[in-house]
Amino acid sequence: MPTIGKDAIDAALDNWAERIAVGRSSQGGELALIGLISHGDILAQRLIQRLEARGIYARYGALDISLYRDDFDMKQSKPALRSSYLPFSTDGLHIILVDDVVQTGRTVRAALNALFEYGRPASVQLHCLTDRGGRELPISPDYSALRIDAPSTAKVTLHLQETDGCDEIIYP
Amino acid sequence: MNPRKDLLTIGSLSTEEINTILDSATAMKDIFTKSVKKVPALKGKSVLTLFYEPSTRTRSSFEVAAHRLSADVTTFTVSTSSVVKGESVHDTIDTLMSMKMDYIIVRHKHSGIPAVIARHCKAAVINAGDGAHAHPSQAFLDAFTIREKYGEVAGRRVVIIGDILHSRVARSTSCILKRLGAEVAYMGPGPLVPLQKHTGIPRFTNWDQIFEWRPDVIYLLRVQNERMDAPFFPAGDYHQAFGVTEERLERIDDLNLSIMHPGPVNRGVEICDAAMDYRNTLINDQVENGIAARMSILYHLTPQTQNND
Repeated sequence: MPTIGKDAIDAALDNWAERIAVGRSSQGGELALIGLISHGDILAQRLIQRLEARGIYARYGALDISLYRDDFDMKQSKPALRSSYLPFSTDGLHIILVDDVVQTGRTVRAALNALFEYGRPASVQLHCLTDRGGRELPISPDYSALRIDAPSTAKVTLHLQETDGCDEIIYP
Repeated sequence: MNPRKDLLTIGSLSTEEINTILDSATAMKDIFTKSVKKVPALKGKSVLTLFYEPSTRTRSSFEVAAHRLSADVTTFTVSTSSVVKGESVHDTIDTLMSMKMDYIIVRHKHSGIPAVIARHCKAAVINAGDGAHAHPSQAFLDAFTIREKYGEVAGRRVVIIGDILHSRVARSTSCILKRLGAEVAYMGPGPLVPLQKHTGIPRFTNWDQIFEWRPDVIYLLRVQNERMDAPFFPAGDYHQAFGVTEERLERIDDLNLSIMHPGPVNRGVEICDAAMDYRNTLINDQVENGIAARMSILYHLTPQTQNND
C-alpha cells in the first residue's frame, strides 16, 4: 500500500502555515485555529507552532463534534466523548477549522453547528490536510494541503505521532 | 462491542463501558458552562419518565439531562394506588409500545420490573431504581463525583453508612466503586448491615471502627422510613449512633474526609446542619454531576426503535 511519510507531511504543514500567514497579511482582528477531534486538533497545534515561528499569533481550540452528528442512529456503539476545548468566545474572531480528511462534508456541517454555539465569528474558513471528494453536502474546503492519488472510494488512514506513534498516510 | 440497549444494573456492564460512560460524562459537564447549554444529540427522540414511586430529584435530573440533549420528554404519571403489580405492568408495556418511545426511564418499588419492560420494549430502558435491587444512574454519578474529586476512583476507601439492607443505592454504588478499584465498607445498625461472608464487604457497626479503617469518603444513606414496614429506630437515636454529629464532623475535618449523600437529606438524622456547609461535602456536586452522568447514559444507549431501517 502506498504511504506518505513524515517528510511529506512536514512539508505540507510548512506550505499550509505559509498559506495561512499570507492570508493574515491582509486581515485584521484575531485568528483562531480550531481543530476537529481527533487529528484535526493535533494538526491545528502544529500549525500554530509554525505560525509562531513566523511571528503570527493564533488562539487554539478543539471541537468534539460527536453530539452534533447526523448519523447518531448508526448501529455501532458510541465511543467516549472527548471534551471540546474552546476557552474563549468566538465573537469577532477569524476562525480556521482544521480537519484531517474532508470527504462527505457531514463532519464539517456538524462542526459549524457546534462552533456557532460559542459565539459569532467574523469569518470561518475550512482547511484540511487532504480532500477526498465524495461530497454529500454543499461544503468545500478553502485550502487542502495534500493531494492523494487514490480513487475517491478508497479508505485513507492518517496516523500522527501524538496519537499513533508515527506520522504517515496510508491508502490502497 | 455491540450497542447496549438498556441500563438495568451496574453488574451487567463491562468495566470498559463503565469507563466510557464516565469519560463522556466529563464532556457532558463541559456543556453546562457554555452559553448554549444544549446539544442536538437526541434531537427528535422521545424520552418517557415512568415513575411508580415518588421521586423529585432523580426524575427531574433525568428530565434536565434529556432536555440538554434536545430530546422530547413526556412524564407518565402513575397513581400508585391504582397499580396492581404484574398484570397492569403488561398493560402499561402495551401502551408504551404504541407510543413509540425511544427511551423509557422507570422507577418501581418491585425489583425486576424495569427488566421486564426492557425485555418487551424496543425502547432503551433505564432503571431509575427498582425496590432494594439497583439504581445504576446513582452509581454513575457517585463514581463520577469521586473521580472528579480525587482524580481516580481506584485506591480510594469509601464507607457507606445507613440501612444497607434496604438500599439499592448501597448495592449499585458499592458495585461500581469496587469494579473501579475502590475499597468499600458498610456501617449501620447491626440488623440492617449484611454480613461480610455474604457480600465480601467489611462490616462495621460504629464510628470508631470507621475512623480506624481510614476512609477517604463518608457516604451517608438516607433513612428511608417509607420503605420500612415499622421504624427500626427513633430519629434522634439514629443521629447519635450513626449520623455525622458535630463532634464527628470535627474529626472528619481533621482527617480531611469527604461527605456524600444521595439526597434528600434528613437534617438532624444522617447529618447535622454544620456538615452541610463543611468544605468537603460533595452533596451539591452530586446533584450537578447527576445530570452529566444521565446525559452520558442516555447518549450511550441505543434503542432498537432506530433499527427498523
